[in-house]
Amino acid sequence: MGASQTRAEHQYQDLADKTGFSFEQIKNLYQRFQQLSGNEETISRANLNSIPALANNPIRKQIIGAFFDKRNQHQDEVGSCDQIGFEQFLMVMSHFRPPNLRTTDEEKEAMRKEKLRFLFNMHDSDNDGTITLAEYRKVVEELLSKSGEIGQETAKAIADAAMLEVASINVPNMGPEEFYEGITFEHFEEILKGLEMESRMHIRFLDVDTSTMRCGKSQS
Amino acid sequence: MQCDSSVASLQVISPSFVQQHACEERFTQPGREEFTGAGLLLLIVLVLLQGSVLPLGATSSPDTTHNVDNRQVKEEKYNYTKKAFPVLTLDYHHIQAPFEISLWILLASLMKLGEYHVNVTHALVPPDTSSVRHCARELPVDHRGSSRGGAHQTSWRRSPPVLDSRLFFLCLLPPIILDAGYFLPIRPFMENLGTILMFAVVGTLWNAFFIGGLLYAVCQIQPANPSILHKIELLPCLLFGSIISAVDPVAVLAVFEEIHINELLHILVFGESLLNDAVTVVLYHLFEEYSGAGTVTVLDCFLGIISFLVVAIGGVLVGVIYGLLAAFTSRFTSHVRVIEPLFVFVYAYMAYLSAEVFHLSGIMALIACGATMRPYVEANISHKSHTTVKYFLKMWSSVSETLIFIFLGVATVDGPHHWNWTFVTVTVLLCGWLTYVINKFRIVKLTTKDQFIIAYGGLRGAIAFSLGFLLDKKLFPMRDMFLTAIITVVFFTVFVQGMTIQPLVELLAVKKKQEAKRTINEEIHTQFLDHLLTGIEDICGHYGHHHWKDKLNRFNKKYVKKCLIAGERSKEPQLIAFYHKMEFKQAIEMPKKPPPAKPAEKAEKAPSQLPKGREEEIRKILRSNLQRTRLRLRSYNRHTLVADPFEDGFGDLLIKKQKMIELEKKIKDMNNYLTVPAAPPDSPTMCRARLSSDPQSYRAKPESDSVPTIQVDLASPQSPDSVNVMDEFRRAGQQRGGGRGEEDQGLMMRPHKTGEGADGKDPQKLTRCLSDPGPSADEEEDQPFLP
Repeated sequence: MGASQTRAEHQYQDLADKTGFSFEQIKNLYQRFQQLSGNEETISRANLNSIPALANNPIRKQIIGAFFDKRNQHQDEVGSCDQIGFEQFLMVMSHFRPPNLRTTDEEKEAMRKEKLRFLFNMHDSDNDGTITLAEYRKVVEELLSKSGEIGQETAKAIADAAMLEVASINVPNMGPEEFYEGITFEHFEEILKGLEMESRMHIRFLDVDTSTMRCGKSQS
Repeated sequence: MQCDSSVASLQVISPSFVQQHACEERFTQPGREEFTGAGLLLLIVLVLLQGSVLPLGATSSPDTTHNVDNRQVKEEKYNYTKKAFPVLTLDYHHIQAPFEISLWILLASLMKLGEYHVNVTHALVPPDTSSVRHCARELPVDHRGSSRGGAHQTSWRRSPPVLDSRLFFLCLLPPIILDAGYFLPIRPFMENLGTILMFAVVGTLWNAFFIGGLLYAVCQIQPANPSILHKIELLPCLLFGSIISAVDPVAVLAVFEEIHINELLHILVFGESLLNDAVTVVLYHLFEEYSGAGTVTVLDCFLGIISFLVVAIGGVLVGVIYGLLAAFTSRFTSHVRVIEPLFVFVYAYMAYLSAEVFHLSGIMALIACGATMRPYVEANISHKSHTTVKYFLKMWSSVSETLIFIFLGVATVDGPHHWNWTFVTVTVLLCGWLTYVINKFRIVKLTTKDQFIIAYGGLRGAIAFSLGFLLDKKLFPMRDMFLTAIITVVFFTVFVQGMTIQPLVELLAVKKKQEAKRTINEEIHTQFLDHLLTGIEDICGHYGHHHWKDKLNRFNKKYVKKCLIAGERSKEPQLIAFYHKMEFKQAIEMPKKPPPAKPAEKAEKAPSQLPKGREEEIRKILRSNLQRTRLRLRSYNRHTLVADPFEDGFGDLLIKKQKMIELEKKIKDMNNYLTVPAAPPDSPTMCRARLSSDPQSYRAKPESDSVPTIQVDLASPQSPDSVNVMDEFRRAGQQRGGGRGEEDQGLMMRPHKTGEGADGKDPQKLTRCLSDPGPSADEEEDQPFLP
């Protein structure tokens, strides 16, 4: 017991350093991981798909895909995997930590970049570094996917309009000869400057004890 | 003849005129309609004469001495001493009350006019303080006025110039609060609700007890000379503390709207000022009840807590119920658009009054009502009604605010006062701080600067004064002193804090309100984030904030919207609603006359320009569009509600409707055009490849409809002005040397109108769309957001 404890602690320490979570939070998330994976070492997409609460979410596929996306592991790999371990799970979750009073401005900036990168990866499915019009259209369509067929036509219009907006904001001097390739990461940052990602894109992990929460598998 | 004499003695309005009308019916010929006005008058006089013979004369009221026929007088009252007929009389009593009210309102409005002219030169004074200044200036006038005497003076004495509390609470306060509640930015409010409640409830409670207790202590330690302060007991002090500790929404609104502070701080202070009403009401009544008794037991405290919950939740509940009623009613008003705004106002006011009946928090009821009904009502009512609601609310709240501050000023000089240095200074010093405790619980922490601004923004205002004024003099012998202190505090906070907060904000480099437009990208990503965070929470198994919000949204979409929103719009997702709103704004702001059509010498340039051209056009439209949207979204600020140039002077509804239909069709066309499968799916641009492969697609499209109205040309192939578009952005392209300055030039480039649709068929019109099937012939009859 003692040995496994220290080993677990050692592991946790590692993870805490890498992801910035506290021990309490890591423990809770580990419990949740166990629940999702059925006490196995890794989870697959099927595990995540079976969470009932996610069924109503229009961008479910993208969210689940983000977990299995190697780009979110900060290890300069690309592609996607089929199974992820706890560490990868935690890495993805770490994108959603809130800033606290002690984070300096540079850290906040770094956090923001990280979160924006996460979003960008979600949109840029073919990983070519830009969000093309088709990809963006897909995003908007997914967003509106739960609203039935009235979404279809307007979704395209909205995506087009948004794309043009990005172009106009970022490349104001674009001549009539050029065309806009796609949204690069810098442009993406630029258009979402106003949203203050570092403070909006977070969830309150706190010291949530997920074991007392009803597991997603048994009930939503 | 009879007619002559009666013409000579022509009378004015008669209360029995109706009866005269009735007998007119009886006596006159059916061919009455052909008489001229003068003839009609003659007839009336005739009837009047004849009526006097009949018993009708007996039914006229005795004091219409002006209108009784001379003959009747002569016949019936022989001993009536006839004096000269009064040609001109003065009857002030008759109209006194409405006259004075109107005079006050007129004064208030004139002051507002004056203050803006003054403010042009003295730009640093926030408007409400300048209105207080104006009342300081007005006061000599008042005194002169009262010395001029006559009826005015007697009325002055009769109804004291200080704020009549009933008038304040029933007439002056509701418009301001409704204005605030209706235009409350829901999203930031809800996101920060925890903090706001904490400030409002805990903060106010703490303040009340702290101030009250400390004041009592200070009063007690008054050395040697037994002053009047020793007589103050604890409970009146606590009561005073509770009155003075509440941040006042009127003052906050007035000052904060001017300083354009960032959204977060604004909503915190403002939200706090709105929600602390419940606390104030409970504390006030609690202490008022028991100051007669002199002691407060634990049971009373416990009951007080329960009472607080009842007051707050009850108030909100009442507001929500009325709000839903209003929303439901607005669903059916599609045929009687004219009275739509009335429903909004009346339901809200009734919510306020109903809450006041039970001593619940009327302010919270009003806020809840306005905030609840807004999304549904706005989906249902016409654009004009929406404008009406907005303008009426602004107008009333503006006048109310000015009146309140005028009355305050008047009360300062004319009201009963009792100055006591200690009391007043201590009160002033104690007011308004203590936020660092609350900061521990926030996720996104407030910096010290922010906390300071929040504390500094805690202004006290007229509500405190009115509550003080309501105190019973018998129970509270110190009432005058309280009033003096309250007025001093109000003046101090409003003047000193109000005027200095602006430079302070600059000095501390507090983040200001972002002037950025709400772009469609932001909208998309806000929604995306919502779903993303909800999803992550679900994966974590954590039922947080987003989870419940999502559930509420889904419930709203599934049941409530269907119930409360008429027609098609009930199914419209928010993103689409946003997009439609933008387009609508764009449609409205189209200029009405087309610039001269340039010849089509650009035609040959067109193919290469086309794809970018259309993008440019759309882009510029969107940009101008979004500026308008920003104007509209920002317009809940009363003080910057300048005449939105695109709100007035609409064309008639038909034109608008036509424009919208055109716009819809164009968008559809554009979409059709875009989905032509010739291009590889990854092509980021519209159709550059496609078009360059087929340059000979010039086609003159026929005019789509015969209605000679203004056409919106978004990207339509059949518009005769597509060439102008080319020309425009070619010009814009030349001018675009200097970077972002073209933002404004974007406005220049608007899709143009044909005057009467007949300008038309420029044979060198380009079509930019190969596969455009043409505009659909059917008009969409129910544009849901148009009447």
